[in-house]
Amino acid sequence: MTTPSTLDAKDTVTQKEEPPASTMNIRELLTHNLRQSGILVAFVAIVALFSLLHPNFLSPGNITNIVLQYSYILILAIGMIIVIIGGHIDLSVGSLVALTGATSAVLVVQNGMPWYVGALAALGVGILAGMWQGFWVAYVGIPAFIVTLAGMLIFRGLTFLVLDNISLSPFGGTYYEIANGFQNGLFGGRGVDVFTLVIFAIGVAGYAVNSWRGRRAAIRYKQEVVGLPLFVLKIVLVAAVVMWFAYQLATSRGLPNVLILLAFLVLIYGLVTQRTVFGRNVYAIGGNLHAAQLSGVKVKKVNFLIFVNMGLLAAVAGIVYSSRMNGAQPGAGNMFELDAIAACFIGGAAVTGGVGRVTGAIIGGLIMAVMSNGMQLMGIDQSIQQVVKGMVLLLAVAFDVYNKRRAGN
Amino acid sequence: MTDSILQMRDITKTFPGVKALQDVNLDVRRGEIHAICGENGAGKSTLMKVLSGVYSHGSYTGQILLDGQEVRFSSINDSEEQGVVIIHQELALVPHLSVAENMFLGNERRGRLGLIDWRQTNADAAELMARVGLRENPVTKIGHLGVGKQQLVEIAKALSKDVRLLILDEPTAALNDTDSEHLLGLLRQLNASGVTCIMISHKLGEIASIADRTTILRDGRTVETLDMSGPDTTQDRIIRGMVGRDLEHRYPERTPQVGEELFRVEGWTVDHPSQTGRRVVEDASFTVRAGEVVGIAGLMGAGRTELAMSLFGRSWGHYVSGSTYLHGQQVRMRTVDEAIDAGLAYATEDRKYYGLNLIDDVRHNTSAAALDKVSRAGWVNGLEELKVANDFRRSLNTKTPSVLSPVGKLSGGNQQKVVLAKWLMTEPEVLILDEPTRGIDVGAKFEIYTIINRMVAEGKGVLVISSELPELLGICDRIYTLASGRITGELPRAEATQERLMALMTMEKETAR
Repeated sequence: MTTPSTLDAKDTVTQKEEPPASTMNIRELLTHNLRQSGILVAFVAIVALFSLLHPNFLSPGNITNIVLQYSYILILAIGMIIVIIGGHIDLSVGSLVALTGATSAVLVVQNGMPWYVGALAALGVGILAGMWQGFWVAYVGIPAFIVTLAGMLIFRGLTFLVLDNISLSPFGGTYYEIANGFQNGLFGGRGVDVFTLVIFAIGVAGYAVNSWRGRRAAIRYKQEVVGLPLFVLKIVLVAAVVMWFAYQLATSRGLPNVLILLAFLVLIYGLVTQRTVFGRNVYAIGGNLHAAQLSGVKVKKVNFLIFVNMGLLAAVAGIVYSSRMNGAQPGAGNMFELDAIAACFIGGAAVTGGVGRVTGAIIGGLIMAVMSNGMQLMGIDQSIQQVVKGMVLLLAVAFDVYNKRRAGN
Repeated sequence: MTDSILQMRDITKTFPGVKALQDVNLDVRRGEIHAICGENGAGKSTLMKVLSGVYSHGSYTGQILLDGQEVRFSSINDSEEQGVVIIHQELALVPHLSVAENMFLGNERRGRLGLIDWRQTNADAAELMARVGLRENPVTKIGHLGVGKQQLVEIAKALSKDVRLLILDEPTAALNDTDSEHLLGLLRQLNASGVTCIMISHKLGEIASIADRTTILRDGRTVETLDMSGPDTTQDRIIRGMVGRDLEHRYPERTPQVGEELFRVEGWTVDHPSQTGRRVVEDASFTVRAGEVVGIAGLMGAGRTELAMSLFGRSWGHYVSGSTYLHGQQVRMRTVDEAIDAGLAYATEDRKYYGLNLIDDVRHNTSAAALDKVSRAGWVNGLEELKVANDFRRSLNTKTPSVLSPVGKLSGGNQQKVVLAKWLMTEPEVLILDEPTRGIDVGAKFEIYTIINRMVAEGKGVLVISSELPELLGICDRIYTLASGRITGELPRAEATQERLMALMTMEKETAR
């Protein structure tokens, strides 16, 4: 046989031609992932703008406030980004936040049960609701838009039933601490909580080590990486920003419980989406459903799990929200689904599915959060706030579409 | 001089990198039924698209004369205004609209104030339906009619546009025998009433029974136009005209080392998924042995892809009956999952739709069907995955800036290599390759053939579905022919010629065994 040798010959040629691990400069780094760096730049710009417009915007107290105020939207956005990557949508999460919060309020406030019974019941209700919607989407084949629109009505109705149309409060005690409590004072410190600083320092060190290992692996596999000075600069910059943020928290009330929860969720779901078979199947289904099916992906099972997971995270958000409000109201969580969906699309998800990242959704959510908070601080009218948020969503996606079209040409 | 309704002179149409038509001449006489035949890719449909204005004037070179006057169509509307109407193989009807609504879509019967006059619409529709012998209520939804009747609606629609020259692209491909007979009868009748017809068809028996003359195309050129009543005109002659070319590509050499039977299919029968009762694959039986390349030859619509996809975890159609065996043991493959586990792989003919996630990178596409090979307990080992993807990239010589590049940016040949890598990674025993070299250049084709040879050298069995007969003759050890969903023949390489294959591929139902 003569031909394999032909191929072999070509092989060696390609191997020689293979470029050595090359490095990117700062311009390439920014344009390498224009979408990601784009929203990051936008985020920094918005923060800078508000800090100029209002002196208290970057005060320790307000920074802590932003975290507490928008944590449940960020939690919802984590579940929502997975739903959207899979090519679906979930309109029911706002109602589900209300229903899960109501469930735990009935148990804890009305019947005096311990806080963890309420929390576990809420999680159970969330999972059940997710299974219900997942069943219709995955196994019956009804579009998620319809199923979750129905869910939005059903869960809202159930909330009214469970609460008997009245608000229940207060939770008090440990349940209240979930969203309003802080971890501090463990290592002491005068005016500055050392514990908070230590936790953040550990986080930053973990980030640095992980980045370094990733870079080494990339070099070993002959991938393009950023040059060493730029790499170090990036780490130092991130460390500086994060430690500054930690210092602000430390001089305020310490480390909020919800921030710990949020960090944990971001870490877990970052891994789930990027490193697990499940996560990869979600991208495959959203990217090309037919190809995924013909590759042996168990599409129904994956779709089912996507919605079960969304139900679970909606319940987590429901617990955090009811804890923060220190009670449950029939109208709670109204329009939360739209904030979560907007966070995902601002954060770079594609309407057609198959694209998006947990970190993107978080940054998208933070953009919404700082804008709302900043405009509130400045006393801008609620109606104007809505208009601005709508415009930001529209422009973010328009920027995305423009970029794609340019890349296509 | 004979009276020509249509003359197409020296039509040349190029697509990037391909000459689809080269100096094609077509002369259609007034009042005749003119058949056009040729292999898949011979340029029949392209020629009809040039004629009907789908490819507007200026995008091709050459002249089109209608009634001796040069015409320059820049859209379908232009050609329809002149009474040239084309009915595509894929019917362009809206299933949720009624027969009458479909008939006057874009050409609505309007009354006062520009509103649609429904009485007029339905009355006109009823009249046209009577002309084509369709006994249905004009308000019936199209979706409720069978394909045969839908075809009649299309013809009635054409009549509503005062058609003079009716072009039908494989009108009977999707029809059963009775519906085909009825349609051909209708064509004769329309013809008698003065409508000239051009009909593209693969069915030589049909052409013989209905056409006055036949033009044969091959590789984008006119071969000849035959008078069907002429004494020399035989089906053999048409077949010779369709296939008569030299093996123009080169194929890598291989010494066949055929072993034991690996894969056997018995009595495989499949129905269409949505058109109840339409049999697409009927009683197909065949074998693939270890180290053997087996070909399946069939024309468009013969049921090749349908056969392959239904075997591969019943991904297409309604399974009716039949069984599959691997190493002599019966295996059930009811899902794609089970098929992959059993050791089957299917590389699709439609890379973009069924094969690849174009927005994702080469690495992820490579591992898409075999993630379990690089993962443990649900966690993907990213470095291992990267390594495997790079290994395949090297061994298949895939030209990509990196395995992290989006697969959508690669050329067709390199995308095909990613598809092959994806299936090789599942370590299959039997690979079904559906049109593995469609739309890729000659150099890449040679590499694909080499990869096929390497697979069989490792003792795998390869089943190749292809429209290109020279390709099948160049790489296969044995070739089955498929026509109208039935296996009509089996030829070892030594006995196979393009002519014999084409004769089996165009065999019609009554004679098929």
